[in-house]
Amino acid sequence: MAGIPHDHYEPKSGFGKWLHSRLPVVSLLYGTLMIPTPKNLNWMWIWGIVLTFVLVMQIVTGIVLAMHYTPHVDMAFASIEHIMRDVNGGYMLRYLHMNGASLFFLAVYLHIFRGLYYGSYKAPREVTWIIGMIIYLLMMATGFLGYVLPWGQMSFWGATVITGFFGAIPGVGGAIQTWLLGGPAVDNATLNRFFSLHYLLPFVIMALVAVHIWAFHTTGNNNPTGVEVRRTSKAEAEKDTLPFWPYFVIKDLFALAVILVVFFAVVGFMPNYLGHPDNYIQANPLVTPVHIVPEWYFLPFYAILKAFTADVWAVQLVEFVTFGIVDSKLFGVLAMFGSIAIMAFAPWLDTSSVRSGRYRPKFKAWFGLLAIDFVVLMWAGSQPASEFMSWISLIGATYWFAYFIVVLPLLGVLEKPLLQPVTIEEDFKSHYANPAE
Amino acid sequence: MFRKIAISAVSALALTTGIAFAAGEGGETENHAFSFEGPFGAFDEYQLQRGLQVFTESCSACHGLKFVPIRSLVDEGGPHLPEDQVRAYASQFTVVDKETGAERAALATDNFPANTGVGAPDLSLMAKARAGFHGPYGLGINQFFKGMGGAEHIFSILTGYTGETKEEAGTTFYENTAYSTGWIAMPPPLVADLVTYQDGHEASIHHMAEDVSAFLMWAAEPKMMARKQAGLKAVVFLTLLAGLLYLTNKRLWSGVKGKKIA
Repeated sequence: MAGIPHDHYEPKSGFGKWLHSRLPVVSLLYGTLMIPTPKNLNWMWIWGIVLTFVLVMQIVTGIVLAMHYTPHVDMAFASIEHIMRDVNGGYMLRYLHMNGASLFFLAVYLHIFRGLYYGSYKAPREVTWIIGMIIYLLMMATGFLGYVLPWGQMSFWGATVITGFFGAIPGVGGAIQTWLLGGPAVDNATLNRFFSLHYLLPFVIMALVAVHIWAFHTTGNNNPTGVEVRRTSKAEAEKDTLPFWPYFVIKDLFALAVILVVFFAVVGFMPNYLGHPDNYIQANPLVTPVHIVPEWYFLPFYAILKAFTADVWAVQLVEFVTFGIVDSKLFGVLAMFGSIAIMAFAPWLDTSSVRSGRYRPKFKAWFGLLAIDFVVLMWAGSQPASEFMSWISLIGATYWFAYFIVVLPLLGVLEKPLLQPVTIEEDFKSHYANPAE
Repeated sequence: MFRKIAISAVSALALTTGIAFAAGEGGETENHAFSFEGPFGAFDEYQLQRGLQVFTESCSACHGLKFVPIRSLVDEGGPHLPEDQVRAYASQFTVVDKETGAERAALATDNFPANTGVGAPDLSLMAKARAGFHGPYGLGINQFFKGMGGAEHIFSILTGYTGETKEEAGTTFYENTAYSTGWIAMPPPLVADLVTYQDGHEASIHHMAEDVSAFLMWAAEPKMMARKQAGLKAVVFLTLLAGLLYLTNKRLWSGVKGKKIA
């Protein structure tokens, strides 16, 4: 593997040499596990392992759940109850899977915000970042598809609302929506294809995770200083790094254990806290729930969708300029997808030469505001529509875009960054005493 | 425009399709301390048995329990009734045999019958399909401390009748402080001494409502006891594991990282 100079695997036994010349799989594992890792990584660098663990957990529990689930409009809801009541440990599998989705998104949001703060998206890690964004998008798709499967009221009406977004595309929208649903409305064909895709996408995610890891193992990890590991010689690199095994594996496992304590407390004691009671009512196409809301992890983007009503002058302007092609419905949908897509462009929108937010005093404040904005949007997304909420959502959505389009490009020019440490070693030594002393 | 249309369509539908389906919103739910609340709470099997009696003698006249297998009345962590008693209990229901298509007496392996006669909702999952507690301000803090409030909501409905009635389009509605719209189509189902408890428990409306709410919570979440026990074990062992990993991690890094100085 290119990048930071380090020891390579040397087969010693006869079998080891025999295998190595045919399939260097041990070498690959060795290189992956022993990768030199900046020794100053803080606790925000644990989420990758948490995410990998949750992905595996979701796939394992999901495969077993699929053995007992029936994707049919007349039987899906009852088959979930069969899992909850008759299948050995079925209630636990289902609650793990259901709350696993929440842990997955919690971890991915912290992972993404970590990257945004420490500038992990900047050169040379743009490809890692973009693959990460694709993984996140696929996670959202998978989460949505999975939520439809229990065929409760929120499943059905959530599916109706979300697939309706595609109907907003001018001209071909209706045809696309029908194609996605497999019919004129959410029905058995929809449920079947959603089940099929919900089973497929996690494996696509798994493959992309491998590419994600490959990419950042090529560039090396970012770290809290944003200063690159020295790579002129192995001796120098070793002053900045420690091998992933055992130092970071043990650290990450400790963090994972702590997180799992909380996770199992939720699964064991309040498994429905993050869910919606309406999803324990069987889907009924004739009865619309009073208040359709997505799961908590979609709420910030749901708020952005709802923010751009026909009363907003910008929406009216766009509608006028495009001769009505981009109406408020399409505007909302574009804003929602745009708010996710814009993140992928962060590497080119951020003009600052300094990578880590730690040395960017002004950036810190704007970033903090973005984090608050995210939480406020999440809350606004959960609330019933009102004039006040529309305003909150509109301000929140505007700042979300402004952060990426205005703040990031301008700060690089306007901000005077603090002095960065020259090496990771220097920073590490300034924080921790020599253990020998 | 789409959103406005959607919202008005939704509210129009909600207003017209009624009352029986408006889930979880509004109404005054009284907080009530049930034995099964909290990480260490457990179902009281005698209460579940009394609740089953109330359900059988009152609720089952209009409501079904179609997802609940009758045999699960035997389960530990549930009503925990003796097997022959459950077999005898099952035989009072008539079901259509799936293979022969003929009517026969229910067996313990059948589910409770569905009951769609008067359009009353099935109660299998009612205690999870309603949330009595909300907010404040949509923050979920009340649900965190008090629980979702499904059983409390049922309890509050059963004890929330004021005695006022009104008639609309030929249907009589009964005023109820816990119901979302304030007026419910279900007549007050409980009157004092409606059932005779074998354990000598007083059959007041309050007691019967409490017992049947606990029973419906069990019906909706029959594995709650097993789940909490598994959760507790997982939390204890993972805490232990986290402690060991903390020490391992500290030891591992002690050769690299000294005291924090800044």
